[in-house]
Amino acid sequence: MVKCAGKSVLKGIAVGKIYVYRKQEYVLKQTQIDDVKAEQERFELAVSEAKGQLDILYKNALKTVGEEEAMIFDVHKMMLEDEGYLEDIKEMIAGKCNAEYAVNEVGNNYSQMFAAMDDDYMKARSADVLDISKRIINNLAGTQDASIKTKEPVILLADDLTPSETIQMDKSKILGFVTIHGSANSHTAILARSMNLPSMVGTDVELLEEYHGKTAVVDGFAGEFLIDPPQELLQDMISRKNGWLDELEGLKKLVGQDNVTTDGRRVNVYCNIGNEEDADRVLAADGGGIGLFRSEFLYLGRDSAPTEEEQFKSYKAVLEKMGGKKVIIRTLDIGADKKADYLGLEEEENPALGYRAIRICLDREELFRTQLRAIYRASAFGTASIMFPMIISVAEIRRIKEIVADVKAELAAENIAMGEVELGIMIETPAAAIISDELAREVEFFSIGTNDLTQYTLAVDRQNQKLEKICDTHHKAVLKLIQMTVENGHKENIWVGICGELAGDTSLTRTFVDMGVDELSVSPAYVLELRKAIREI
Amino acid sequence: MQTFNYTITDELGIHARPAGLLVKLAAGCKSDITIVKDGKEANAKRIMALMSLGATKGTEIAVKVEGPDEGEAAKLVEEFLKANL
Repeated sequence: MVKCAGKSVLKGIAVGKIYVYRKQEYVLKQTQIDDVKAEQERFELAVSEAKGQLDILYKNALKTVGEEEAMIFDVHKMMLEDEGYLEDIKEMIAGKCNAEYAVNEVGNNYSQMFAAMDDDYMKARSADVLDISKRIINNLAGTQDASIKTKEPVILLADDLTPSETIQMDKSKILGFVTIHGSANSHTAILARSMNLPSMVGTDVELLEEYHGKTAVVDGFAGEFLIDPPQELLQDMISRKNGWLDELEGLKKLVGQDNVTTDGRRVNVYCNIGNEEDADRVLAADGGGIGLFRSEFLYLGRDSAPTEEEQFKSYKAVLEKMGGKKVIIRTLDIGADKKADYLGLEEEENPALGYRAIRICLDREELFRTQLRAIYRASAFGTASIMFPMIISVAEIRRIKEIVADVKAELAAENIAMGEVELGIMIETPAAAIISDELAREVEFFSIGTNDLTQYTLAVDRQNQKLEKICDTHHKAVLKLIQMTVENGHKENIWVGICGELAGDTSLTRTFVDMGVDELSVSPAYVLELRKAIREI
Repeated sequence: MQTFNYTITDELGIHARPAGLLVKLAAGCKSDITIVKDGKEANAKRIMALMSLGATKGTEIAVKVEGPDEGEAAKLVEEFLKANL
């Protein structure tokens, strides 16, 4: 048996035959060319072909793995437009070098430059340079990427995999990836996690031909890759693998089941999302609705505020995807610590306590009205609710309701269809929790944001690592405020949910159910685990 | 010539995506835009050069803008850095 250590990217176990994947080897001989102009044209054609291929890869990846993972192909395209890189290659060609050799040389130079950097993220980019160079060479040589040729699914052992290689592979043939290079940030790692494949990167193994077809185990719990393990160990790993799969399977069986305790108490399990694509994950995870739709993604990373039309399209898309299921949209929640320069927010000593969220919205009504109009217009396409962040007083809610009434009247006058929209507030300041009796008379639901509530109650900055020890998320003060909020909400017959990180903490599920919490909103990945915890009460 | 300094606050530093966006912005300016880190210079119109600076969080970079639209270009770049990096 050969035992190799590596960095595990997913806690799971894969058992199967090894497939040794080698990159296509090129005969990259330097030859002297005669017609420089023709060679330059050949090179340029290969580059423009590559850009076309990347466009297609981008679109495919967008559909299968989402925007974040697809972005890499857009970046590859930008690299292909890098003048320094192109000029270096053209210069070599001008010196009568064949294009294949020139691309390979320049690609290697750039790749080594990235590999030599101290930053892990940048080191991972050296693989990207090689990927684009290889793509051009493939186009020049007229060869296609190698695919894996196997009938049964295998554990893929490779030196490193480029994003284009991983995306092109037939995933039904893969039990797990083991790569010699690559980091936890590499595309292979990200993809493996999203596909639930036990995998390892940075593995201390050699890419030997004799490993091909040998039985092996990827132990993602221990971070070990076992080649040709003895029979006894193999059986042991197979039973551990089955145990792991049973657990996953057990959770899957809960799809379609009710979130109900053994004594008949029911809790809604909803999801927190940050963009349109996340709605698909909610449906896949069997979430009952969306308990927190953060609208910030519409506002960040751009030069001007999103228009009503842009917002309307996003909200409508999510509402339609969710069918009639509830979608609670939280209005703009940003402050000086977030980057939305067009808002011209001044730098603050203490952004957590500063000009942010509803405080900005009530001060710059136009911004707020645009968002409200977009939400109300979209409300005709599903079940929309709105919640307002950072509330500290009854006066704020009254002002919000005046604006809402105004916006609705405006839309009605324009003959625009609207649905019934529940209005609620986030309880995330100690002030709101303490006066939740009064606030409950003004709104239709409460959603407790435990992350901010904890940091404001304990006066502990969550981002400060030095304070990690005293940042007690189960602090009695926070739990008391939650209980108080639930009781006050119920006195006025409104429902109360929790949408912070605490909602997914299964060690508290019983406490929350006993308090009478009506809804828990968590990341889609936690829905089934939470359902299991509820059903065991 | 216009010059100013900026300290990177983004967790990942000048990584692929903002570098790509900066290149697009720089390509739209007539002026030459140079980013300097520890004496190492990178043309802001070249993504690989920008990325290879290794400007991580907390790094101070100097920006030099020289050309016919340097005033406006410097302003654009500064706004971009504040918003994205």
